[in-house]
Amino acid sequence: MAGKISARRMKRVMLGGYRRMGLLPKLLLYVMLIALCFVFVYPFLHMGVTSLKSMTDLLDPSVNWLPHELSIDNYAKAIEVMGFSEHLMDTLLVTVVPALCQTLSCALAGYAFARFRFKGRNILMVCVLLTFIVPFPVLMVPTYTMYSDYGILRTIWTMILPASTGQGLRAAIFVLIYRATYEQIPLSLDEAARVDGASEWRVFRTIGVPLGVPAMITSFLFSFVWYWNETYSTSLFMGNAALGSTKSISTLVMELARFEDSYKAYLEKVSGWASKMGGATSVQNEAITMAGTLLAIAPLLIVYFCLQRYFTEAIDRSGITGE
Amino acid sequence: MKKPRIGLVNRREMKGYLFLLPWLVGFVCFFAVPLVQSVWYSMHDVKVTANGLKLSWAGWENYRYIFQSDTVFIEQLSGFFADAILRLAVILVFSLVIAMMLNQPIRGKGVFRTLFFLPIIVVSGPVLERLVSEGATTVPLIETYGVNGIIEAVLPPMMARPLSGLFSQLILVLWYCGVPILIYMTGLQKIDGTIYEASMIDGANGWISFWKITLPALRPMILINGVYTLVFLATTGLNEVMATINDRMFRTGEQGGGYGIASAMAWVYAICLGIALLALMLLTKERKARQVAIQKSREQVELERLHAQRARGMKRRGGKRHGR
Repeated sequence: MAGKISARRMKRVMLGGYRRMGLLPKLLLYVMLIALCFVFVYPFLHMGVTSLKSMTDLLDPSVNWLPHELSIDNYAKAIEVMGFSEHLMDTLLVTVVPALCQTLSCALAGYAFARFRFKGRNILMVCVLLTFIVPFPVLMVPTYTMYSDYGILRTIWTMILPASTGQGLRAAIFVLIYRATYEQIPLSLDEAARVDGASEWRVFRTIGVPLGVPAMITSFLFSFVWYWNETYSTSLFMGNAALGSTKSISTLVMELARFEDSYKAYLEKVSGWASKMGGATSVQNEAITMAGTLLAIAPLLIVYFCLQRYFTEAIDRSGITGE
Repeated sequence: MKKPRIGLVNRREMKGYLFLLPWLVGFVCFFAVPLVQSVWYSMHDVKVTANGLKLSWAGWENYRYIFQSDTVFIEQLSGFFADAILRLAVILVFSLVIAMMLNQPIRGKGVFRTLFFLPIIVVSGPVLERLVSEGATTVPLIETYGVNGIIEAVLPPMMARPLSGLFSQLILVLWYCGVPILIYMTGLQKIDGTIYEASMIDGANGWISFWKITLPALRPMILINGVYTLVFLATTGLNEVMATINDRMFRTGEQGGGYGIASAMAWVYAICLGIALLALMLLTKERKARQVAIQKSREQVELERLHAQRARGMKRRGGKRHGR
């Protein structure tokens, strides 16, 4: 009798019952999740390991995950090839400034949509979503000619102007985030302030801004990341794609795109023989390329791991899952 | 009969516009005007001269060129959409599975969530190109077992190409799951747990309650995820349609180049994307009257089946153990 009961209990513990999950399903769940995590992180691991391999390790097919020696040298070379320090400044300039502008302009728009009832509000909201859906190539040609008419091509204004008027990179998402945030703040707060004689602008400054800080942080971080990663419009407006450019701003990610050419130039500079040998210039050093890739995204990774709470909470904040 | 509104309301309305003003200016300058201009360009032959642009009316000529003479663009476009639909399906299903796993009572939820969201932070054209050329975005096992060879041998080439593309870029496709996972998770947390309990008492198992409760409740999330993912796939610099448009824009003076053709191409692309989004919305739309009818009859069938099963089970065990 006792044996029977314990067998049943065993089964209960292992397979689980109505309320509790059993050990076996739980184990299976963890195994699957960890396997998936590995798949997700695999490219990063690959990148990290490859970037530390020396030349002999790269050529040796038996060396897979553990290099014989860690050659930090790759990073030094990648830094030199990419011109890391100067392009880091460029990158920070074209990411932080537009991100700040975008954060503020979208805050105003989101606040207006959440706190005021004006005519055409819904139609304008549809317009906001429209700016998200319409792909950039549609606007590309006229925008390009417009900027070139104003003579602001290859200056940072091509980023600042749209960003500070709420038309930056994926600005619609931020307007949604702000709208959802401000809709949750009770209107009676505003009314109290207004009764006390505050102007609408003052209400925004003393109530809207402080209470919107979490949304602002989220918006800023996402803008930062997206501007950092943006190459399509950045290289169009800032890069030297157009003829006759004297000076161009190039971000780290854009530098990464032409890493091969830079590497060749670097080799030729370092050792004059490479250009004479011809074939030798096409030597691909994966390790250095991977080191460069890792360097280009390293600042993003640092920001993400320090502040990941703000990133993963953004979905809840945007309110798109509510209603 | 409309009453004239009192001053305060009116003034407040005007102030709403004031707060919206920067956005409105931007919308007109950087969205509406270029949008119209782009239509205008797409119907012209645009030449860049020393004193500005020279437009000459071309009517539908640019569009006709794209569909009839251009060899690359239409192929790329159809290739992109075939890929995108397949990837969309994979992303939607995988992220739902992952979200449901993360919704279980497990430890380290935050860590998992952080890791699944991580790729979103670093997806950008050049970085992905590097990883793809390194072969870091494919699961090594797939290559070893030659899955792609099998696919290409079994399926006709039209279906095989997107499918083998999917397998060789599996990690890349999974990487786009970050945002959908989070959206599904918030959706899952909003479902009332007591509904599941009630359905269990009625004899439904996990499988049935997934189809009857979880999935219908997540319907709006599926739409949001679908739209987001499709737009994201369509606007990353990685896709070749965008690269082609950009490339053509600067090939002025050549056959099949220039601002006019580039604008026309962009519009073809945008309209295709619009149709895809519309189709997505129609697919996930709630068909109220019909839906309820279908659900009811199906539910009844299932319940009857369950009752029969339980009756059989009770007979076998001599009615000793009641169904929970």
